[in-house]
Amino acid sequence: MTAFLTALQKDFLLQWRGRGQIVAIFAFGAATLLLFSFAIGPDSVALRQHAAGFLWLGLLLASTLSLAESFEREMEEQALEGLLLLPASARALYYGKAVANCAQLAMIGAALVPVMVVLYDAGTIRLLSLLGVIVLGTAGLSAPGTLYAAMTAQTRARQTLLPLLLFPLVVPVLLAAVKATSLLILGDPMEQLRPWASLLGAFAVVQWALGGLLFGRVVED
Amino acid sequence: MAAASQGPLPKGLVAVGAVLLCIGSYWGLAQAPGEIFMGDVQRIMYVHVPTAWNAMLALTFAFVCAVFFLFTNSWKWDNRLEAAMEMGVVLSLLLCTQGAIWAKPTWGVWWDWDPRLTTTAVMVFAFGGILALRAFVDDPMKRAVWSAVACIVAFADVPIVYFSVKWWNSLHQAQSTPATVSKAFHWPLRINAFGILFLWAGLVALRTRVAALRLRSEIAPPLPAPSARGTDARASGSAW
Repeated sequence: MTAFLTALQKDFLLQWRGRGQIVAIFAFGAATLLLFSFAIGPDSVALRQHAAGFLWLGLLLASTLSLAESFEREMEEQALEGLLLLPASARALYYGKAVANCAQLAMIGAALVPVMVVLYDAGTIRLLSLLGVIVLGTAGLSAPGTLYAAMTAQTRARQTLLPLLLFPLVVPVLLAAVKATSLLILGDPMEQLRPWASLLGAFAVVQWALGGLLFGRVVED
Repeated sequence: MAAASQGPLPKGLVAVGAVLLCIGSYWGLAQAPGEIFMGDVQRIMYVHVPTAWNAMLALTFAFVCAVFFLFTNSWKWDNRLEAAMEMGVVLSLLLCTQGAIWAKPTWGVWWDWDPRLTTTAVMVFAFGGILALRAFVDDPMKRAVWSAVACIVAFADVPIVYFSVKWWNSLHQAQSTPATVSKAFHWPLRINAFGILFLWAGLVALRTRVAALRLRSEIAPPLPAPSARGTDARASGSAW
C-alpha cells in the first residue's frame, strides 16, 4: 500500500509539473467537440441528441494523447528500469500510474462538459451523476490504456499502435458511457441509467484486475 | 500439434479439410432442400455457421496459447499463438463478409448493428491490432509476452462487447444449433464444420512451423553461422 501511494504521489507530481500538457490535451478535446458539430450542421436538435456521443469521442481521442504521454516520460533516461529496481512491486507502479491517468482523464472530461453545454445546449441538473459516469468511464479507459501505453511506448509507430489496440477494446465503455450520458441530458423516463452505469463498473473491475495481474510481465521481460 | 507440424500430418489435415469442405458444400448447394422462406439465399449457412464456430474456436485456441506461454515461457506456445491469432482474424473477416452477402438480400442492408455482427467486427480489429503490435516489436521476448498479454485482455473483452451491444440493439436471428435447424440441413453443416476445422488446424500447424523458423533465424547467434545453429536451447528443434 505504501508503495502504491508513493507511486501515485510520483505520478501526480509528474502531472503537476507537466500541467501545460494537460491544458493542451483539454484544448485538443474542445477542438474535436467544435469539429464534430460541423459533421452534423447547425441543427440544434440533432446536435443536442448527439452531444453525449461527441463528448465521449472527444474524450477517447484525447485519452490516447494523455495515456501515451504518461509513459513517454518513463522512457526518458530509462526511468522505468530505475523504477523496477526499487523494492516495490510492478503492480503498485501500475495502479499508481492508472489511478493518476484516470484522475487526469476525469478532470479533462469534467472540463469538457461546459464546452458541450455551450456548443450543443446539452445541460443536465444531475451533475453528480454525470461526474460519476465520467469517473466510471475514464476508469474503464485508463486501466487497459495504461497497460497498452506501457507496451506501445517501447515500440516503433507508437502513435498508431496505442489507438489501434485501445479503440476496439473500449467499445463497451464508449457504448455504455454515451448511453448513460445521453440519458442524463435527454431524460431517463425508463430509469435505465443504473444498468448502463453497472456495465461501466463491471468493465472497469475486469480491466483493473487484469491490468494489475499482467502489468508485471509487460515491463519486467 | 507439436508433432504434427514436423511430419506430413498438417498437409494431410489440410487435404482432408478441403475434401470435406467440397463434399459438404456440394451437399448443401445441390442436395439439401431449400429453406421455405429464404430459398437459396439460406444455403450460405453451410459455410457461414461453420465459419462462425471455427473462428471462435481458433481465437479460443489463441487465448489458450497465450495463457500457456505466460506460464511456461516456451517459444512453441508463442509460435502457435501467432498462427492461431492470424487464423482467427482471417476466419472472422470471412465471417463478416459472408454475413454481409447474406444480409443484403435478407435484411436489405449489408451491415446491421446486431450484437454478433458488431462483436465479430470488434474482434477483427482487436486481434488485428495485436498482429500489428507483433509486426512493430523487434525483440522476440517482448513481442511474445506483449502479444500474449494483449490476447488475454482482448479475449476477456469479447463477452462484455457482446452483451453491451446486445443491450444497445438487437436484430440477428437466434443462434443456429442442431436444435434450431431442420434435420435435413444437419449433415452438410456438420461436414463443413469438420472440413473447416481440419483445414484451419492444418494451416495453423504449417504457420506455426514458419513462425518457429523465423524465430530461430532471429535469436540464433550471428557468428559462426553454420556451427552455431541450434546451440541456443530456446532456438533448438523444440521451438515448435
